[in-house]
Amino acid sequence: MMSFARYIARGELARALDDMARGRVTYAPRREGDAVVFRPRAEGEEPLLARATVPPKGVIFPQSERLFAFIREKDPNDPGHTTVRLDSTVDIEPALIFGARPCDARGFHIFDRVYLNGPHRDPYYAARREATVVVTLACTKAGSTCFCHWTGCGPADTTGSDILLTPVGVGNDAGFVAVAVTERGGAVLERANLPEADTARADAAQAVHAATHAALEAQSPAPDLSATPARLLERFPDTGFWRDMSDKCLSCGACTYLCPTCYCFNITDENDGGDGMRGRRLRSWDNCMSSLFTREASGHNPRMGKALRLRNRVGHKFSYYPQLHEGVVSCNGCGRCITGCPVSVDIREMVVRATEANEETPNA
Amino acid sequence: MPVLKGKELRVVGFLCNWCSYGGADTAGVGRFSQPTDLRIIRVPCSGRVDPMFVVKALLGGADGVLVSGCHPRDCHYSQGNFYARRRLETLKNFLPALGIDPDRFQYTWVSASEGQRWKNVVSNFVEKVHQLGHAPRIEEATPYLPLAEKGDTPHALRAPLRPLSYPAAGTLAASLEQLRDKIRAALPELDCVIGWQQGFDALHATPLFMRKPEDVDKLTWGPLNVHNLATYLPQFKNRKVGVVVKGCDSRSVIELLQEKLVEPDNVRVFGMPCEGVVDMTRVQKTLDAGNADGAMCADAAPSSVGVDGDSLSFEGEATARLKLADVVAEKCRTCDTPVPLLGDVVEGNASAPAGPAPDAPPSLEALDAMTPEQRRGFWRAQMDRCLRCYACRNACPMCVCRDHCIAESRDPHWTTQEGNVREKLQFQVIHALHLAGRCTECGECQRACPVNIPVLSLKQWMNRSVRTLFDYRAGVDVNAVPPLLAFAVEEKNIKEHGL
Repeated sequence: MMSFARYIARGELARALDDMARGRVTYAPRREGDAVVFRPRAEGEEPLLARATVPPKGVIFPQSERLFAFIREKDPNDPGHTTVRLDSTVDIEPALIFGARPCDARGFHIFDRVYLNGPHRDPYYAARREATVVVTLACTKAGSTCFCHWTGCGPADTTGSDILLTPVGVGNDAGFVAVAVTERGGAVLERANLPEADTARADAAQAVHAATHAALEAQSPAPDLSATPARLLERFPDTGFWRDMSDKCLSCGACTYLCPTCYCFNITDENDGGDGMRGRRLRSWDNCMSSLFTREASGHNPRMGKALRLRNRVGHKFSYYPQLHEGVVSCNGCGRCITGCPVSVDIREMVVRATEANEETPNA
Repeated sequence: MPVLKGKELRVVGFLCNWCSYGGADTAGVGRFSQPTDLRIIRVPCSGRVDPMFVVKALLGGADGVLVSGCHPRDCHYSQGNFYARRRLETLKNFLPALGIDPDRFQYTWVSASEGQRWKNVVSNFVEKVHQLGHAPRIEEATPYLPLAEKGDTPHALRAPLRPLSYPAAGTLAASLEQLRDKIRAALPELDCVIGWQQGFDALHATPLFMRKPEDVDKLTWGPLNVHNLATYLPQFKNRKVGVVVKGCDSRSVIELLQEKLVEPDNVRVFGMPCEGVVDMTRVQKTLDAGNADGAMCADAAPSSVGVDGDSLSFEGEATARLKLADVVAEKCRTCDTPVPLLGDVVEGNASAPAGPAPDAPPSLEALDAMTPEQRRGFWRAQMDRCLRCYACRNACPMCVCRDHCIAESRDPHWTTQEGNVREKLQFQVIHALHLAGRCTECGECQRACPVNIPVLSLKQWMNRSVRTLFDYRAGVDVNAVPPLLAFAVEEKNIKEHGL
């Protein structure tokens, strides 16, 4: 596909977005209280450009979704005999996410590897993923907890996006260079009837990318994490290390639910009515920081304490996942787990310390 | 007549097996005509009625709930209804916080011989519920976000009770060194001492677990020490542990001691007078707003933060000078316990409060100002973004059940995994009810919330009810018994509800 670039003047953004999103539900950042969350956007509404507190993963992987309804039916001739009927119709609307950041969009790529391209294709995820266009906004600033450049992501990374918007210019000349990343993104972008982005603006966009990247490097130079997967495995039995790392952890799920790459879920059945004849099977977000995540039916829990749970969270992102997925870490460095943590547990610190040479291992 | 077709409403009754259920039976045997709206659930004692039964029914669509037990002094288990009276009265006071009309819930006493009285109770209550009509559902309320419109949090409206000014840098450093010395001296006999150190940037402090003397050097003191470290104490069961506290945090330690959730011999408390801690959301918002294209920016961080009397100075990317009074946490605005109430406290001059704490802190005042309908809309709009991460619960020093919380259990099955407002709010009600008479309003629940849901106001509401009913304040006296763990045969402030 020929990649092409268009220019959206700042004042034209709402209009262009209306055109691009025609026939789709648009999810855009909106301020609710002191948080910014993705919410359906009304036509003509000026979108907020702030980075959302919660990533848009819920649009494609809902916090809770009905997988199917089950209905038990009694055989009128033999009331003791019941049959079960399943209703697995899923209502999925075409959607467009506007204002994801590159770290958010890349989260879908991490999901894709598991739910689309793994041994099992998840039909629910696949249907939403295919119905959703992701319009990403490149970052112009490095937040204090941003470390995307450590993880293979970056302030203008296009992985997982369909269209990348880069803010350029100031004042009356402010606007966005929109680049179609995928064919689907191209088709959507074409609908907005926008002028070609000229070379000067395309260059300006490149300069923004470079400047943000430089700012990130200046803030925290990317360490060499090539040895991390192996080092984390070495650290696995080092309970003293994990105790030190997890001392302050409260074992809540804020980090996981704010994470654009955390894809674990729970399955529960809910009865409708007290007779057990009708009900629904739900899939909802789950998190490895919860005791219930691993508690077995017997009551035994192989991950008894928060240290073992936190070890799993870090290990999964920086060791087990990359070992299964060609070295791709399942962390995009968005930093929300750090910002959103009530006690400021810092995954960067844990990864760096685990990667450091293991000589001065604390007593186990 | 099926409930959905006719004019009948859904009224749920929880009746004690020994008196009221018998009373209902007597009414039936006596052929007294009664409304048919009531659906009765038999319980062993009114003391068995968890207030959550009532809330679950009301949030689930019941139009009214009636609890009836034996008359006071007549309980089959001698005391069950005395405890029930306190709990149910507290609940009745709490329901308006959710926008639920308290008249939709009533509790009363009917003995097994009072068939006629039972008929009257049912008739009167059902009639009252009919006057109110179908109960409006929270999930159908019109979203109401007054604070978002104003773009401000309500506590900006109130000046702090105290001047809030930290001592000069030198004095503060000297006091901190004294505190460190006390900790170093105690460290050998303790598993660890929990304090604060600088976190991932200059703006954020983070809990510090001091195990070696050199760890103590990292200890910091100041307005960035936002966390209530008492939260960590119960997990150190049977081990000796030290904790550094602010005045407000010390109340949590006291409450834990009151409830025997920590052993007095196993806890060493260290502290210093506090002049307020920041509300990080406010600080961040103020700093980001000062940034030219604030809308595009994510969490600008200053490279250094200085405390200078009544101000905070920020250097680096976000240079600013903010008055402490403008950015302190809500609890600090009404704080009257700047000095820890127990433990090994470094002496210092804490500013004295200018007057008594107001009856309603600012967030509660905001909730008070809403109509019931607005409150339903408020909770609907606020809870919508809840992630169900349970940070509010895990940060709460009084939430000691942790891995065994009923919010996540399948049996009993209080909440489902559905992502709707009702389930999410239900947990907040569980939290508030379980904190009745125990909460010290440290505000950790709200501070911990990654999406800033103002859940503290529910606890403030509950605390005001507890104060009014039982003249009780949690976490000030190690020997006091929390009011819902006790009863009085004659309750001073609970009046019988005529039915």
